[in-house]
Amino acid sequence: MKNKKVTVIDYGIGNLFNVGRALEICGANEVIITSDVSKILSAERIILPGVGAFSDGMLGLVSKKLDEAIYQFIKLERPFLGICLGMQLLASKSFEFGDHLGLSLIEGLVEKIPSEGEQGQVLKVPYIGWSPLVQQDKKTWNQTILRDTGLNDSVYFVHSFHFLAKKESDILATYNYGGHDIAAVIKSKNITGVQFHPEKSGKVGLKILQNFINE
Amino acid sequence: MVGDPREYAKRYYEQGADELIYMDIVASLYGRSNLVDIVRHTAHDVFIPMTVGGGIRSIEDVTNLLNAGADKVAINTAAVKRPELISEIAKRFGSQCITLSVEAKKQDNNCWEVYTDCGREKSNINVLDWVRRGIDMGAGEVLLTSIDQEGTRKGFDLGLLEAVEKISSVPIILSGGYGEPGHLQDAINFGADAVAFADVLHYERANILDLKNIASEMNVIIRTT
Repeated sequence: MKNKKVTVIDYGIGNLFNVGRALEICGANEVIITSDVSKILSAERIILPGVGAFSDGMLGLVSKKLDEAIYQFIKLERPFLGICLGMQLLASKSFEFGDHLGLSLIEGLVEKIPSEGEQGQVLKVPYIGWSPLVQQDKKTWNQTILRDTGLNDSVYFVHSFHFLAKKESDILATYNYGGHDIAAVIKSKNITGVQFHPEKSGKVGLKILQNFINE
Repeated sequence: MVGDPREYAKRYYEQGADELIYMDIVASLYGRSNLVDIVRHTAHDVFIPMTVGGGIRSIEDVTNLLNAGADKVAINTAAVKRPELISEIAKRFGSQCITLSVEAKKQDNNCWEVYTDCGREKSNINVLDWVRRGIDMGAGEVLLTSIDQEGTRKGFDLGLLEAVEKISSVPIILSGGYGEPGHLQDAINFGADAVAFADVLHYERANILDLKNIASEMNVIIRTT
């Protein structure tokens, strides 16, 4: 039976306890939480969590040379999952508190969620709440971590900034906020990003994590 | 004394609660916080967001709670005493991490006054001024409790909600006063982004599924899986 080992990158940001605990519940045999470059390069699959400001996130990664480790890991074509800030860091650039360069692993920009909806209504920011996911362009979720996610299943979001992907083909799922389609799941080859918190989205979220563990 | 909070947390999680709020109501009185253990135990089995409040005074308190598994911290007394605490927490952990807990008591001239120490101490501060300031300093959410209505089962303070709604660019959780389905309908009609229930659930006068059904009958998109 394949050993289900998950390595979670610790770059000084984000709630590692929750992610680690959720992975255990989802059947991971081994959960390694580390900032050690060699452990990252020998990982079977990696999660980049994160909560907070983009610039702090990039600083945390770069100062420990974790950005380089991530680039090398991606080349190995093993599964990589960015959660919340971890997804946003995949972008080319963010405009949160100034201009900041990201990892540029999935082309796109990170900008503030609009405070006005399509009908001119006020939108509260941060968006804090549960939303169902919308399939992008009737794209199938079959071969992805969303394969067991139903169209009425909700997941938990809490964020002020959102990912604007350059290529529509990189967007797997969105959610609707005031008429805007906000990127919820992005995917390019072995890299997946989720804007929501699967470790905080009840059974639906845990199933998504489980599918990642089994990839 | 109702029971072990961790058991209630697990039960509410299984019944479909969208979020848990833990409030240590005597912490700021006695100057201690024993929430960390409760949070850690709960986070072990409960996979929905958790907001924790009661006696949080410093970055260190926040760090300990977030590391134990909390997603957000709710701050009242310490922030009123030193508002800069809000921006310190927001800068360090992000605005989405900090909920401004506002306890409001109605005054004669259609204003509300901010109270601290779990509704025990006056502050002479106008609620609307305080909410504006808290948001400016970086609070990402407001937990709005009516001291007058709390525990009465006579309904929420809709005037309070309406007044705060007008000036808040961040989500508002309404709390204090639920007694019957019509009250929840009112809260939704008056624009609450979220509603918090305590007594009514702890003493089993209503359950989470029923409450969610009330909301979904009003075409509110609400999680049912």
